[in-house]
Amino acid sequence: MNVKKSVDPVLELKGVGKSFGNVVALRDVDIAVYPGQVTCVLGDNGAGKSTLIKILSGVHQQSEGEFTLAGQKAEFNSPRDAMAKGIATVFQDLATVPLMSVWRNFFLGNEPKKWWKPLGILDTKFAKETAKTELMNMGIDLRDTNQAIGTLSGGERQAVAIARAVYFGANVLILDEPTSALGVRQSGIVLKYILAARERGVAVIFITHNPHHAFLVGDHFYLLNRGRMTASFVREKVQLDELIQAMAGGAELDTLTHEISVIRQD
Amino acid sequence: MTAVKTDERVQRVSLFTKALRRPELGALIGALVIFTVFAIVDTTGQFAQLQGAAGWTKFAAPIGIVSIFVALLMIAGEFDLSSGVMVGSAGLLMGNLISEVGMGVWPALLTTLVFAAFVGLANGYLVIKTGLPSFIVTLATFFVLKGVNLAVTKLLTGTVRVDGVDTGEGFDTARSWFATKIEFGGASFQVSVLWWIGFTIFATWLLTRTTFGNWIFASGGDPNAARNAGVPVARTKITLFILTSVAAALVGCMTLLELRGMQAGQGIGQEFYYIIAAAVGGTLLNGGAGSAIGASIGAVIMGFAAIGIPYALWDQDWVSTFLGVILFLPVLVNTWLSKQAKGARK
Repeated sequence: MNVKKSVDPVLELKGVGKSFGNVVALRDVDIAVYPGQVTCVLGDNGAGKSTLIKILSGVHQQSEGEFTLAGQKAEFNSPRDAMAKGIATVFQDLATVPLMSVWRNFFLGNEPKKWWKPLGILDTKFAKETAKTELMNMGIDLRDTNQAIGTLSGGERQAVAIARAVYFGANVLILDEPTSALGVRQSGIVLKYILAARERGVAVIFITHNPHHAFLVGDHFYLLNRGRMTASFVREKVQLDELIQAMAGGAELDTLTHEISVIRQD
Repeated sequence: MTAVKTDERVQRVSLFTKALRRPELGALIGALVIFTVFAIVDTTGQFAQLQGAAGWTKFAAPIGIVSIFVALLMIAGEFDLSSGVMVGSAGLLMGNLISEVGMGVWPALLTTLVFAAFVGLANGYLVIKTGLPSFIVTLATFFVLKGVNLAVTKLLTGTVRVDGVDTGEGFDTARSWFATKIEFGGASFQVSVLWWIGFTIFATWLLTRTTFGNWIFASGGDPNAARNAGVPVARTKITLFILTSVAAALVGCMTLLELRGMQAGQGIGQEFYYIIAAAVGGTLLNGGAGSAIGASIGAVIMGFAAIGIPYALWDQDWVSTFLGVILFLPVLVNTWLSKQAKGARK
């Protein structure tokens, strides 16, 4: 695990902040993201996670600070720019089109073409076979890639979106709350695919408000609270309890626990 | 690890279930049932013959040509209520360009199609820019064009009709392309039927075999997900508004060439026929699924009704009532069948 540390970060934020008018959504965020590692960004609602994702994925530009990609200054004007530089974002519920088949979803926006490319003729045979093998490589065994993706479970749909991003050469994969709408088993499936992407050398940025999920897969942990970075940990030096404490704002959680125990004294 | 193509579990999806998944199936069953009924109640002995086919295809072709593109637009999640009145606008514009301006038939045809493309562009652009439902935007276009059709025609010709088109240069060649009759097996079919078949094949190919088709499904199925995946949703929708408008205009030009003139009220109300044909053919009203062949089958069903009812010596006045019923039933059957095929959804 420590060997990987010697590698330079593929993506780095230094003192990054973002304000909308007089509202400061994010300030002084320092994050380093390494290839083949899972970097978890933890925060409660309103901590600034969404703003951070939007800066990383090219939706917003930071108001201050430095954003570097592979040592170079990153300047994105749109999500397409970010994608072209190998940053893929999988949004929570907005990653796939339910009524479309699995293979159509897999290649959506990056359709393989045959014959004269400007005609835009789909290479359906290649698309179906590739979708099937790529999903198989990620450990997703589908009966038929012709089935509508809406017939898959929530976890499998996220997994398809992850496999798609990996296939299209993402070297940074941003996952926006991939487990928050899922049950325990389904979350487990998604966590497994996060590790599969990690094994393939992808730098995974896992954004979540669930410290249990983060602790299972993370190499680095960054905590956001009210638009600021409040703590950061590395896997070897942190316990789950610490993570939960830090995330809930430590003292706040103690007070809350006390209050609840007073109410339920029976 | 089994080879990609020979996954043994694929066998479990029976041919029957596969057929149930097709969006056109409800319409096809409906068409067969309706055909059988009209063939039985037919009093002329012609309905099930080629003469009958010439009759119902003549009615169905102009509806089919537009409803194919209306279906594509609906799959992308948008409506075009101005598609009916565009048939009239196009015919009137082309007619006036020929008889009032003195243009040749071919240049007038081309100008009209370009005009229609701009109306489609305006529809699409306004829908995307304002974020208003296309139902409202194109309803506005519908009323604007309806007024223009009447006012401008009266202003130019002094009547509510454009005439004298057959004096235009190139009328006969244009007519041979768009409005002639083809003898086949002793029955004379409209050449528009060939255009209709051609457009059905083209649109089916476009929808299922091209990247643009993929974008159509995605734009209607989930525009946010599509945008996140890098699909140019706005461009896709605007292109479809243009195609729909141009298809309607082409039908308008065909009608003008066939009738050698046109009334100012032509085409109004047709937009609902197009939407019915698309919906009967399995296109979801809220977008994301549907087919071009389905829309054509929908148009065929309308042709059956338009010819079958008089052939059965029933009162013609019931045609609309019949269309109302056939809109409802196949859509109901489609919804039920697709639920059966997809099984329980999570």
